[in-house]
Amino acid sequence: MTFLIQQTMLYAIPLMVVALAGVFAERSGIINLALEGIMIFGAFIGVLFVNLVQQAGVFDAAYAQDNWIALQGFELLAMAVSALMGGVFSLLLSFASVNLKADQTIGGTALNLMAPALVLFFIRIIASQNTLQMATGNAASWFMIQKSDFGYGRNEEMGFLGSTFLDRTYLATYVCILIFVLLAILLYKTRFGLRLRSCGENPQAADSLGINVYKMRYIGTTISGALAGMGGFVYALTTANCTANGDVAGFGFLALAVMIFGNWKPLNIAGASLLFGLFKCIAASYSSLDINGDGVFLLNELGISSHFYRMLPYLITLAVLAFTSKRSRAPKAEGIPYDKGQR
Amino acid sequence: MKGKVSKLWRREGAQSVAASLISILIGLAVGAVIILIMGLSNPDLGLGTVWEAVRLEFLGLFSTGRTATGALTFGFNPVSMGDMLFRATPLILTGLSVAVAYKTGLFNIGAPGQYLMGTAATLMLALGIPTQVVPAPLVWLIAFLGGALAGALWGCIPGLVKALLNINEVLACIMTNWIAANLVSWIFDGSQFRNLAESTKSAYIYKTSFNGVQTAKLGLDQLFPNSQVNGGILVAIVIAVLMYILMNKTTLGYQLKACGANRHASRYAGIADKRNIVLSMAIAGALAGAGAALYYLSGNTEFYWNTYQSLPDVGFNGIPVALLAVSNPIGVVFTGCFMSMLDVVGQQITNLTPYNEYITDIIVATIVYLSAFSLAIKLLLRGRRKRRLEEAEGGKSGPVDAPSAHAPATDLGRTGKGGGEG
Repeated sequence: MTFLIQQTMLYAIPLMVVALAGVFAERSGIINLALEGIMIFGAFIGVLFVNLVQQAGVFDAAYAQDNWIALQGFELLAMAVSALMGGVFSLLLSFASVNLKADQTIGGTALNLMAPALVLFFIRIIASQNTLQMATGNAASWFMIQKSDFGYGRNEEMGFLGSTFLDRTYLATYVCILIFVLLAILLYKTRFGLRLRSCGENPQAADSLGINVYKMRYIGTTISGALAGMGGFVYALTTANCTANGDVAGFGFLALAVMIFGNWKPLNIAGASLLFGLFKCIAASYSSLDINGDGVFLLNELGISSHFYRMLPYLITLAVLAFTSKRSRAPKAEGIPYDKGQR
Repeated sequence: MKGKVSKLWRREGAQSVAASLISILIGLAVGAVIILIMGLSNPDLGLGTVWEAVRLEFLGLFSTGRTATGALTFGFNPVSMGDMLFRATPLILTGLSVAVAYKTGLFNIGAPGQYLMGTAATLMLALGIPTQVVPAPLVWLIAFLGGALAGALWGCIPGLVKALLNINEVLACIMTNWIAANLVSWIFDGSQFRNLAESTKSAYIYKTSFNGVQTAKLGLDQLFPNSQVNGGILVAIVIAVLMYILMNKTTLGYQLKACGANRHASRYAGIADKRNIVLSMAIAGALAGAGAALYYLSGNTEFYWNTYQSLPDVGFNGIPVALLAVSNPIGVVFTGCFMSMLDVVGQQITNLTPYNEYITDIIVATIVYLSAFSLAIKLLLRGRRKRRLEEAEGGKSGPVDAPSAHAPATDLGRTGKGGGEG
């Protein structure tokens, strides 16, 4: 059970944050199809940052002394850098769709093509292979919170809550939850949030009340890019052992599906991403999944092909979209370039 | 003479070609700049390698390797030329797939999935039907049609959910892509088609020539000796012409385009909008499936069946091929060849310089990015032309520049709502 919850969280939390990234862009009126690309880019930047800082030897002393607080700071720094560069990368999308009134679907597709190309071009030259890794050690030894950090011995038990939510977890997961809550409040309970959302519903009306629609759309898309970039790095850190290879396995697109399934609302999105995280977790580790802790690997013993489990998240997404499409309500003005002269 | 040129210039088509050429040039320039930045920031690479890589980026198709002293040589390279035509074959068809869907208001990002399903059906038919019983050319035809049919059926899925449930086709296509990727691995996992004869190869399917089925060369191999080229490129060109006729000269094509322009207005005019949406996705899928069939029936290509981790690039590259051709089926033939030329260029860069083939992906992405606002580029061109005309004729601005007022409605405006219906 502990394993199941932890694994589900590892998949669900990046999904949740990236889905919120989609919400910020779409609520301001820009379809951000580039979530996948920005995630790939953010993952690369974060891993590159970790790699370079390690080579510079900044945190070597902390690592040698097992000073886990300093190492967590390092992790947060890497998250911040990938968020920053994700925001910068997304400016390509906002520039095309706000200033040049471009087709946002094509613009997003362009970014999705650009990110893996750029990332792989650089990785191949930097690392002479298609995967960029940490310079020394691995994600678990540098960034994972372990029970020894709280003074527990190797054979001591932490209790269910402790071993599920503290032992063998990443701080990034909880920071993501915090950011998710804060930004959801920002979007739904503040004046700024109301203004942003009005630009995605009726930009003409918003403009007539003195809101700068272009600026709001830039802000929405940049926040979106920052969240997606950070989500990409968190994904790479927690599920890919802090490596970047120009691929996040369709996670950005799954996040878009989560956003639509969650009806562009934070609470629904949180629930939807937990559901998808569960299926992603089953797909990734069905053979070693011991649901009720009795030593029986139920899903493995059913004898269903592993290909089926891997297909499951996408099948479920399609089915869920089919069932929820009738009551889904997208922001009205999304995808339509704002033109001041238009009535 | 000058009057003729300016008349040609005023035509929509000429402006589209100019806008595409500008996109290509900017894309190549961006690639060159990135090579320059990389070369300067890395002391191991240096300016010499930058100059070589940039020359290859523009002229890689004519590269003939290095001399004994290490200088790059250029000239007619029949292998590169033939390989370019061979690789253009599936690209032209996936490009047509995206282009036809785009003309009907749908963004077919599902070409990779349709391509995979076409691959699976083609290989199973081409390898499964014994050529001792059925003559090989007939097997070729069956496998080709089977590939197209499988692609069509796979394309129907996003079409159906779009038409009946109003689900954004982009999302549905992406999901069907990944489902196809897993399904195809599942189909071939443990099947009799895996190449077990050559023990050095793991996770590959037999070449279709194993069963004696391969595309006829039609003399092209004499034109381009030692290359992979075959008659498939001619089939692709014929299909492109047929698509041009279907879209522009038939009632069905008109109905499909009308549905793309305004679904509700078409229904009001008595056109079955739901049927047409499904049909246009089916046609798009059939084209992508046919592309896969032509590629894998060549007899000298192998399919890596463990596809669940990544989708075939050929499918995604159909998007730039179509966008660069402004969705014109004839234009797709040329842009398809351009894209496969980039592929050859990337290979030359990888072989001859310390840089790698991903630089061509960057160029492609830049071109797609630019084509998102090709309208802005076109308006810019038109504006400059207008100004020059005004200067030449001394302020006598005639009816020439009238189109600029209602230009936005022409090509990109139609798809502006593409993703907005989720």
